[in-house]
Amino acid sequence: MEYNTHPALPEFEYIRPASLAEASDFLSHHPDTARPFLGGTDVLVRMRDGFIKPEFLVDMKNLDGTNDLRFDPSTGLTLGAAVNMNRVIASPDVQAHYPVLAEACRSVASYQLRTRATIVGNICNASPAGDTIGACLALDGTLQVHGVNGPRQEPLGEFFLGPGKTTLRPGDIVTLIHFPLPPKGCAGKYLKLGRNQLSDLSIVGVTALGYPDFSCQSGYHFRLALASVAPVPLVPAEAETYLATHSITLKTIDEAASLSADACSPIDDVRSSARYRKQMARNLSAKALTEVWKNLN
Amino acid sequence: MAFHKITITINDELEQVVVPSNMTLMRMLRETQALTGTKNGCSAGECGACTVLMNGEPVNSCMILAVECDGGVITTVEGLAHDRQLDPIQEAIIEAGGVQCGFCTPGILISSRALLNRNPNPSDEDIREALVGNLCRCTGYMRIVEAVKKAAGMKIVAAPIPMPSD
Repeated sequence: MEYNTHPALPEFEYIRPASLAEASDFLSHHPDTARPFLGGTDVLVRMRDGFIKPEFLVDMKNLDGTNDLRFDPSTGLTLGAAVNMNRVIASPDVQAHYPVLAEACRSVASYQLRTRATIVGNICNASPAGDTIGACLALDGTLQVHGVNGPRQEPLGEFFLGPGKTTLRPGDIVTLIHFPLPPKGCAGKYLKLGRNQLSDLSIVGVTALGYPDFSCQSGYHFRLALASVAPVPLVPAEAETYLATHSITLKTIDEAASLSADACSPIDDVRSSARYRKQMARNLSAKALTEVWKNLN
Repeated sequence: MAFHKITITINDELEQVVVPSNMTLMRMLRETQALTGTKNGCSAGECGACTVLMNGEPVNSCMILAVECDGGVITTVEGLAHDRQLDPIQEAIIEAGGVQCGFCTPGILISSRALLNRNPNPSDEDIREALVGNLCRCTGYMRIVEAVKKAAGMKIVAAPIPMPSD
């Protein structure tokens, strides 16, 4: 019996377009057979395993602006689609103004995988387990998309439709993600539970961000985003509202964590049971919120 | 399927190679350059046996298309030693006894060299974090971590890793 544990990649054509317009044109003319290609850390694995069989991989890494990492003290942070996670982690601007983004990136796989993995790729994959998506949601990221009809913006909050499904249409290319300036006095935390301490996919991931906000009754605004507990990266709106309207104590944080777990609809899979996920969503929400709360005071 | 002619610097030698679209950097190194020090472990970016330096940064060569490396600079385990002089990390891993079956060793050496390039005095935790993507099923890692610490105290006598701008 032939048993090949190292299947070669199936056949495909590698396309390196010269411009965004050319890339978009090619993708729109091959809607079912062409895929945009960044670091390949997900696409190549799924091709090798036979889950997807694209005829064309369209390399986005050398297109205009996709390698930019820029911080502007008046408008915020811009990350090009091809900026790898190690660059994000090492950026002094990210460390100073968006530390939770660096923290989330650091939790992804290994150093050598992060030399290739990108935040925009993580987002476009739309895996519910995506480690960096929560931080991008909490920091109000907006995607810049180049489509066949020209550029447009997509707020991340409405971008995810299901596992692997987004609002992107054939011919759409995400060129960058932009973050506004972080809220004044904010603190953030990403807690990830995996089967081992480092490098695994998450069983549950919780991103929490908090900042003083006098338009809220409680005086504080908290953002939460959960990974691996629903078909899409989950923002538990009721928990956020609860913390905006009740003065912050360990007891109200606990109640918000329960609301956060209530919002989850996890599944059983190879990494964990749904029941365990739900309990851990509660515990990690409480822990992340408490840590953020401590850092705010 | 199309073939692409690429120009690539491998261990200080400029090479021209013709590669099909679906050939990975790992396969190109092993099958067209006979650089079999780079190992094929999992073919999925998990085990790190195929780790090489690409433009000075460690990557899983099983997860990179050879055609993407056009114009790039690659260093494999074969390129660590210079002028019959081993790299300090190679000397150190021998001294510390950090090699058992040896299959993970090329990847461990490359990841460790990259760590020492960006952080010449790593802590135990830095070392373990940098080697998270390099699985070893023999040693239990103790002697590998010891080797990296030992190498950090040794003077680099080998030539520096070349970068694309050089």
